[in-house]
Order: sequence, then C-alpha cells, then structure tokens
Amino acid sequence: MESPDIPITIIDREGVSHEVMAPTDMNMNLMEVVRSYELAPEGTIGICGGMAMCASCQCYVLSEHPLPEKGPDEEAMLAEAFFVEDNSRLGCQIPITPELSGLKVHLAPEEM
Amino acid sequence: MIKTDILIIGAGPTGLFTVFEAGLLKLRCHLIDALPQPGGQCAEIYPKKPIYDIPAFPEVLAGDLVDNLMKQIEPFQPGFTLGERAETIDKDEDGQFIVTTNKGTQHKAPVIAIAGGLGSFEPRKPPIANIADFEDKGVEYVIRDPEVYRNKNVVIAGGGDSALDWSIFLTDVAASVTLIHRRNEFRGALDSVEKVQELKDAGKIKLITPAEVIGLKGDGHISGVTVKRSGEEFDLECDHFVPLFGLAPKLGPMANWGLEIEKNAIKVDNSLDYQTNIPGIYAIGDINTYPGKLKLILCGFHEATLMCQSAYQRIHPGKRYVMKYTTVGGVEGFDGSKKEAPKAVVKAIN
Repeated sequence: MESPDIPITIIDREGVSHEVMAPTDMNMNLMEVVRSYELAPEGTIGICGGMAMCASCQCYVLSEHPLPEKGPDEEAMLAEAFFVEDNSRLGCQIPITPELSGLKVHLAPEEM
Repeated sequence: MIKTDILIIGAGPTGLFTVFEAGLLKLRCHLIDALPQPGGQCAEIYPKKPIYDIPAFPEVLAGDLVDNLMKQIEPFQPGFTLGERAETIDKDEDGQFIVTTNKGTQHKAPVIAIAGGLGSFEPRKPPIANIADFEDKGVEYVIRDPEVYRNKNVVIAGGGDSALDWSIFLTDVAASVTLIHRRNEFRGALDSVEKVQELKDAGKIKLITPAEVIGLKGDGHISGVTVKRSGEEFDLECDHFVPLFGLAPKLGPMANWGLEIEKNAIKVDNSLDYQTNIPGIYAIGDINTYPGKLKLILCGFHEATLMCQSAYQRIHPGKRYVMKYTTVGGVEGFDGSKKEAPKAVVKAIN
C-alpha cells in the first residue's frame, strides 16, 4: 500500500531546514504539521486554533505548488498581518494533500 | 473589597462552568475578565461559529454555548468584575489571596482558579524598530480619550473596523486624519468603508493605500512617520501615530505572579487537581499545561470539575464530602431555587 505521507520542507524561524513527512490522511493543515513536529514553540503558532483569525502561522511559500486560493478570511488576516510578502500564506488554510509533495515553506517571524 | 470562596480569573466557558461545579459544593464564585462581557473567545471572537465537539450538542454556536452556560449557572448567582484585568495577586495575613485589577478593584478569596484561556488580549504592535521609544509619546495602540487628539495631526494605520471607525470619529476632532492601509480594500463594515470614502472625497480624510508605516521620527515625542508605498518612501508630519491592528493573546500580568510557566502556559499538577506551584491557585482550561494536555473546551470542563473538589477540601479541611450525581442530589441554587428529579410514584399492591 502506498504511504499517505508526503515530504515537506519547513524552514523554522531560526532558519533551520526540516524535512518532515506530512500525513495526507489525517485532515491536517500545514500549521498543524508545524505544531506536531514542534518546529515553533507552543503558544507561538496556531494561536486562534486555525480559523484564520491570527497570523501566527504565516509562512512564505518557496516552491511552485498548486495551493488552494486565499479565502476572504485569509485575505483579510494577511492584510492586517506584519512581515507580509507576496508569497505569504496562512499555514492553517493549506490542507495537506498529495499534490503538495515536495512543498517548501519558511515560517514568517513571530509577531511581538 | 469583594469576598468570595473561589475567585475565577477568566469568564470563558471553563470559568463559567466552574461556577456550576463549585455551586454544587455550596461554594460561591466571582469572576474577573478583561473583556466587557462573559464568554471569552467564544463571545468575543467567534460567537457565530459552530462547535461540534461539545458532548450531547451535535452542533452549537459558540455564542449559544455561552448563553447556555450563563443560564446553567444562574442559580449560583456568581459575581462579575468585567472590563478589568487581574493585575496583581498578594496574600493577606490570614493566608487568603487578594487580587487587584488594573482599575484597582480588590477581591479576596481562599482559592484562585485561573481560567484565562489564551491569556489577556493586548494590541498587536507593528514591527517598527523604534516604536517602543514613542509609546505614550505620540504612539497609542488604543484610543481612550479622543480629546487627546483635538486639533492634532493624526496618522492611523490598519484596515479593520477600529481603524475605520476612529478615522471617521476623529475627523470632527483632529486637525487632520490620515489613514494608511496595506491594501486598497478594507475589511470593516460596509457602511464604515463607504463613510471613509465620502470623507476622503470631501477632503476630510487623507487615504494612503496600498502603503505601510515603516519608521517613526521625533525627538522625545513623535513628529512624523515614514511611509512606504509602491517601493517609494516618504515622510509625513504628524503629532500622533495610532496603529490599530487588532489584539493578540499574551499571558500578560499573570506571567509575573510567580507561577511556573512552560510553553507560554501555566504548569499544573494534572495527576491530582490542576493546582499550580502556588498552593491554592489552580489553572484550568487552555491556560494550563501538563503532559498530554489538549486545549479543548470539554477538557476545561473536566478540569474545572476536579479542581472544585480539591478547592472544597482546601476551604473546608477535614470535612467529609461525597461527590453526588445531580440526578440524585438535584441542583440547589443560592437563590432558593431547587431542581431535582421527580420522585417515582410507588403504589402499594394490596
């Protein structure tokens, strides 16, 4: 049976690159993958629980992968967030699917 | 001085349910919350969002859950100190805790239950290098007294309701109002957006979009901001800069109460009663941490229940108590109300 896990590269806030296997069969999003691998201290990522109501899971997408379009909530949150770049996305709004195999992201700095 | 048995810091779902469990043990509660209404995040941030993992509620709106909890605890007549943040905890000579809020309201209780959720919500500060140098010297994250801005040149940054509403309000007060937002679109209420458009057209608000403030100038007090728009930078003179980017949760003053903190949460003994390292102070719900912790409302309810049993023993040392089911003991409120299961009718057979 083919593994439902896909490789993802996540560069943490210290600049350290982590190759992790993200499950596609657990209804997870990118923010939850970061939390499950403890790539950012607890309480600094996914603060709102994944409702696009904070920007603590903001990341910069470094690879060309077919991502879901930004919804109004994500657009609005990114408009208010800090350190936003053209390739900014909220990790909580990116579900882990097989198409994201090889995705590479960099976590945005933590807001003060 | 407000006196109670259990002083609950945080009036979210866990804090509210603590009142019920304490009430069953004849313990009175008082709640403090920085927000102006009970319900915590459920009421403040997502009252219209459905929650699906509350036992026996296939689906319940967060706001309705709060309303139901308020109804459930009504017989136990809790007190509320709302719109005030618990600032300090001290102990008096008889070993009771004295909690003082930022507005000076004092509370006294033998037991404290911290049910602070994600902590207190504080303004999100833009990452401008020298912004701390100008706080209260022309940079304000919250507008408390609009008169401060009378006949002054004010720059407001942000794209939500607060930024729009205050921009509108200050046009009648300030000498000039400039609103700076990173996008051309605003996410505030439609009529507020339209009002800002009208005021802009009338020359009463200067709108700079898409742009952001990247620097502050001044000597002792702010005298201007540096704005970046489409890659170009320019300076703008002003007397006040008001960044309104919403609120973010922080532990706030409770980080200084001598509690053991781990992973931005309060460490508790989950093998027994969710007590912190300070005897008599418990932490329940999303604010605490222990091995295997899950930040779920239903876990907060469970923790509140166990914590109240421990609090009872602390308040009444040596007194025997047996946990009763509400189906057996009913619910006896402090308001004289009593709810109990109807007694079965047994008829003798001759």
